[in-house]
Amino acid sequence: MGFLDILQSIIGPAIFFSAPLILTAIGGVFSERSGVVNIGLEGLMVMGAFVGIVFNLTFIDTFGSWTPWVSIFVAMIISAIFSIIHAIASVTFRADQVVSGVAINFLALGLGLFLTKQWYDKGQTDMVSRPFYTTDVPLLSDIPIIGPLFFSGMYLTSYVAIALAFVGWYVLYKTPFGLRLRSVGEHPMAADTNGINVSRMRYVAVMISGAMAGLGGSVFALTIALNFSHSTIVGQGFMSLAAVIFGKWHPLGAMGAALFFGFAQSLSIISSGVPLLQDVPQVFLLIAPYVLTILALAGVIGRAEAPKAIGTPYIKGSR
Amino acid sequence: MFSNRLVNILIPLISVFLGLLVGAFIMLGFGYNPLTGYLSLWEGAFGDSYFFGETLRQVTPYILSGLAVAFAFRTGLFNIGVEGQVIMGWLASVWVGLAIDAPMIIHLPLAILAAALAGAAWGFLPGLLKAKLGVHEVIVTIMMNYIALYTSNALVRNVISDGQDRTERIPETASLTSEWLAALTQYSRLHYGLLIALFAAAIMWFILNQTTRGYELRSVGFNQDASRYAGMNVGRNIILSMVISGAFAGLAGAMEGIGTFGYQSVKGGFTNIGFDGIAVALLGGNAAVGVVLAAILFGTLKVGALNMPTSAGVPTELVDIVIAMIIFFVASSYMIRWFLLKMKKEGK
Repeated sequence: MGFLDILQSIIGPAIFFSAPLILTAIGGVFSERSGVVNIGLEGLMVMGAFVGIVFNLTFIDTFGSWTPWVSIFVAMIISAIFSIIHAIASVTFRADQVVSGVAINFLALGLGLFLTKQWYDKGQTDMVSRPFYTTDVPLLSDIPIIGPLFFSGMYLTSYVAIALAFVGWYVLYKTPFGLRLRSVGEHPMAADTNGINVSRMRYVAVMISGAMAGLGGSVFALTIALNFSHSTIVGQGFMSLAAVIFGKWHPLGAMGAALFFGFAQSLSIISSGVPLLQDVPQVFLLIAPYVLTILALAGVIGRAEAPKAIGTPYIKGSR
Repeated sequence: MFSNRLVNILIPLISVFLGLLVGAFIMLGFGYNPLTGYLSLWEGAFGDSYFFGETLRQVTPYILSGLAVAFAFRTGLFNIGVEGQVIMGWLASVWVGLAIDAPMIIHLPLAILAAALAGAAWGFLPGLLKAKLGVHEVIVTIMMNYIALYTSNALVRNVISDGQDRTERIPETASLTSEWLAALTQYSRLHYGLLIALFAAAIMWFILNQTTRGYELRSVGFNQDASRYAGMNVGRNIILSMVISGAFAGLAGAMEGIGTFGYQSVKGGFTNIGFDGIAVALLGGNAAVGVVLAAILFGTLKVGALNMPTSAGVPTELVDIVIAMIIFFVASSYMIRWFLLKMKKEGK
């Protein structure tokens, strides 16, 4: 097996596995940058996966080959609406944001499985008949070396994810909206004095994270899982949360971390075909992303500063 | 009209009521009769002595995982890692059960102790990182959950068994099962662990409320700076709190390992005992008695739910929605408090 073949067998799955994580993590960055912890990313992804699959199964005849794209769009909208629950609890009701996130996780899974049993009369949905397929990007895939590595046999959703990471970076760091959002997470009182509506900013940020997690969950469901059950989303949301922190609350950093986690995940799956790696017991590759996150947090990979006002509800008039 | 104490008792009660109300509306919305639904839930939890035994069996690990979450909460720490600590405790108790050959009087305590130590070790690392480097315990414990899951699976498959999906059954000398309790409840899986769980609740109350150490732990939970200024070693208290919390969680694992199941298997996902423990602790107000009561409620809901599909046609997952809503309402207690306050003013 040549070096290029090995690279190709690693890069493809790595990007494929990391796309849902990238999408969800960008959303997480928005929420946390506005000062709202979002442990509910997992539940929001569950909601996205559920809606994506159910919509796909139901409207396959209406939208034909466009079904998966419409499905992820609808999943995005529904998850954004669903995430309002987290916003109400943590912004308006001043609930402990971690606890409210935990409630979101319970609720999404309970609701998803309840409705699945209700509509399909069994523990999981049928398999979708029209998921996303891999494609070769025209022209670009003909470039020697780079073409086969990055542009052939890929999912278009992966490119969408990477593009959205850059969009997220631009919005957060180059627009007034982004500046306001970050200021609300750093020093809400100062932001409030300058006429920024803290509550509204946080609602919007949480809804963005809901939308992105919905996108991430549905992309995962329509590229990897292909149906919805209790074990469709198991930990991808938490892994995205880790990517947010590993990426130091920066959209591009989060993307890098998500790519790295995807890479680590793909290693444990393709390791049997790669020399050197096939002798490593699989468990080490499985736990690698989590161990690395802990190391990153412990400062081995440089200290990460969380947004100052994270986790605290803003109460007008209090110091 | 409403004293602070009364409000603190009212909030969980109102939350449970609202949670059940949401569940009732969902049942209505999907064309079920909520009364039939909840009646079948009640039947499934208390209908006969077998169901009652199973309910108590489910309550046992919930008490311990609830205590684990609550104990850390009291020191201002959010231990989401109870799940992982449960898995490690489960594994350790079964491992000791299989590896050692000894009379029951030594073997059983040893297996239980091993579970507590394994859980404590799994809680120690996040505590250490929090105390020494200020790393947020929530993320570390989430990561530790996955490390526990995959490590346990690998050990079960490659070390304890020969490539099997589950270990062998533990011998009687390391088992908590009780012929007597099982016979009493039409051969449910009820075991002696319930006594351990109740004893642990008493221990938690004693440590937190009757010892100097407990005073320090709670003090750190209220205000770290003030505690440091008063001469307490904040870091040591944080580590200790995580270790004790982990030990409770490990015991919860032992309840399943050497009580209910008698083996450890390769797990496809989490046991949810630890995550449900968060709900138990929150509803129980992070106090020992409250945790026991909340564990009884959630154990009842979980076991009773299993009867809902057969006798009322309602999917069991309805109960998960109800539990989620209860957590949501407890978390949003600010709203309930505000409402009670308004009633109080109007009552005057």
